[in-house]
Amino acid sequence: MPETLVPACQELEAAFRDAWADQTFRDELDALLADYAGRPSPITECHRLSEELGVRVLLKREDLNHTGSHKINNVLGQALLAKRMGKTRLVAETGAGQHGVASATAAALMGMECKVFMGEVDIERQALNVFRMKLLGAEVVPAMSGSRTLKDAVNEAMRDWVGTVENTHYCLGSVMGPHPYPWMVREFHTVIGKESREQCAKLLENEIPDVVTACVGGGSNAIGIFSGFADTTAELVGVEPAGGAAVGRGVPGVVHGMKSYLMQDEFGQVQEAHSISAGLDYPGVGPEHSHLSSIGRARYEQVTDAEVIEAFQLLSRTEGIIPALEPAHALAWVIRDRAKLAGKTVLLNMSGRGDKDVAQMMEILG
Amino acid sequence: MSASLADEGLVIPDAPTEPGEFERSLRSLRDNGRKLLVAYVTGGLHDEWPDVVRAVADAGADAIEIGIPFSDPVMDGPIIQEASELALRDGASPVTVLDTLRTIDAGVPLAVMTYYNLAFHMGHERFAASLYEAGVRAAILPDLPLEEVGPWATAADPAGIETVMLAAPTAPDERLPRVVARSRGFVYAVGLLGVTGERDALAASSLVIARRLKAITDKPVLVGVGVSNAQQAAEVSQVADGCVIGSALMRRVVAGEGPAGAGAFIAEVRAALDAS
Repeated sequence: MPETLVPACQELEAAFRDAWADQTFRDELDALLADYAGRPSPITECHRLSEELGVRVLLKREDLNHTGSHKINNVLGQALLAKRMGKTRLVAETGAGQHGVASATAAALMGMECKVFMGEVDIERQALNVFRMKLLGAEVVPAMSGSRTLKDAVNEAMRDWVGTVENTHYCLGSVMGPHPYPWMVREFHTVIGKESREQCAKLLENEIPDVVTACVGGGSNAIGIFSGFADTTAELVGVEPAGGAAVGRGVPGVVHGMKSYLMQDEFGQVQEAHSISAGLDYPGVGPEHSHLSSIGRARYEQVTDAEVIEAFQLLSRTEGIIPALEPAHALAWVIRDRAKLAGKTVLLNMSGRGDKDVAQMMEILG
Repeated sequence: MSASLADEGLVIPDAPTEPGEFERSLRSLRDNGRKLLVAYVTGGLHDEWPDVVRAVADAGADAIEIGIPFSDPVMDGPIIQEASELALRDGASPVTVLDTLRTIDAGVPLAVMTYYNLAFHMGHERFAASLYEAGVRAAILPDLPLEEVGPWATAADPAGIETVMLAAPTAPDERLPRVVARSRGFVYAVGLLGVTGERDALAASSLVIARRLKAITDKPVLVGVGVSNAQQAAEVSQVADGCVIGSALMRRVVAGEGPAGAGAFIAEVRAALDAS
């Protein structure tokens, strides 16, 4: 991480530590999560899908949050914190546009300026979210370098922040980047795990599911739901796209201010990820996932674009829920491994809704 | 491969008290009243890059920073990003750049400027040794801040590679002396809040950071980032010991001005520094 940003990250860490221990801040955030974002999100039992797969599937419905994904949990927390720190402007990166939309939303709510960097390739495939961000008053700037996807949007957001750090907060969208981001973003998403744990305790005879699964790009929604079950016997399974499998195919590396598994060439140049899902098109992964993998507490599976397309359609057809392509990855793994999972209860984090992907799927499915 | 996820701790070894070869060279020029000029050249950009290095040295650069292109240069603006991308597309790698560098007899001290993952990936010891073998005596890793420099510096110091630290305008007063103490070769004063690239005018922050650093160290203090032409170089060197010129030079190289154009530009900056 550039030296210029070190004092800002230290200041952010101190501010977050202070805010997180301050009941007034917590109450304010909880009120926003309840009255603005619509929490708690329900757990939906998938009767028809479960019957078809022979696996009991429960969905944690983060897709029902305001703005349509789990990203709002983190963004409301960071925006509130930025305001408390006296910052007047947010910069953010976005892949699929969900974090960008959430950032633009929080900025509108709190009267802050917002600039969102988005890979040029992603701007094309996620036109709907680009328009939403603009409606919300944010400026959307294409990242034109490198692979022109999420990784490059992060680079551009960091470059912006290097120049604007005095009045600007970098509202990073996943459990990645320099300290304190992986920790802070995780804390803001632990609400997913806490709620799920309580809901499962009421819903399930055994109180905890056999398996908890979520898609992993940077890994924020997975860390959020895993956090509620880390101290249980539940198996934790992160699902990566085959073309962006940092844990599955990466080696340790350092980029964007973190040391984690990273897809690289033989010299350490960061490789481009390729996935149907803009939100998972990232060659790295949050460092806590690298840790969970290396200590064996979580395991990471990879699914192909074709398997994801099948999962996307199956959930739509059997449950009337059109998933975002990102959580469709987790479902694709459940479908593929249904024989091994037979008779088990699987809690899947439905991290976002699929409206944003419908245009892309229309082209693919014809 | 030595890269691992293990936490190597935050122990930062003290920098050796004796200046290294690179720093001694800059100090002796400075102490003779010369304003220092370090030029940045992207390694591996076009086949002619060794000639650009020689031309820049002949035109009066006191040392040269060779950029080893990286896929994600977060401290660099559009020009050096483009230069890096073009070089990578031409097949540049740490190995090709260092192999070529070994054959260039520039006659001035050489540093490399690159990003930490390339050193981490190759392994600190191996990377430091390969720099030394290629004739490089200093390294600038702009995404490796003081807190993280320990494992690299532990390998670089004994290998004869001086690690130049960046001092940014955002650093509080208590931080600057620690950055300076760990810096070898020279102290790289970041001239402004922002990434590398040309600016219409010299940022006032350039003079402020130079003044703050000159007040606490006798190591050479060079301002880089945003120093865009001969006049700005002379202006900032009124306070600093000199400057680093990168984007302004690479814009000319990317535009195809070749070794002659690069040399002419550096000669112009040299003349302005000598006249100041």
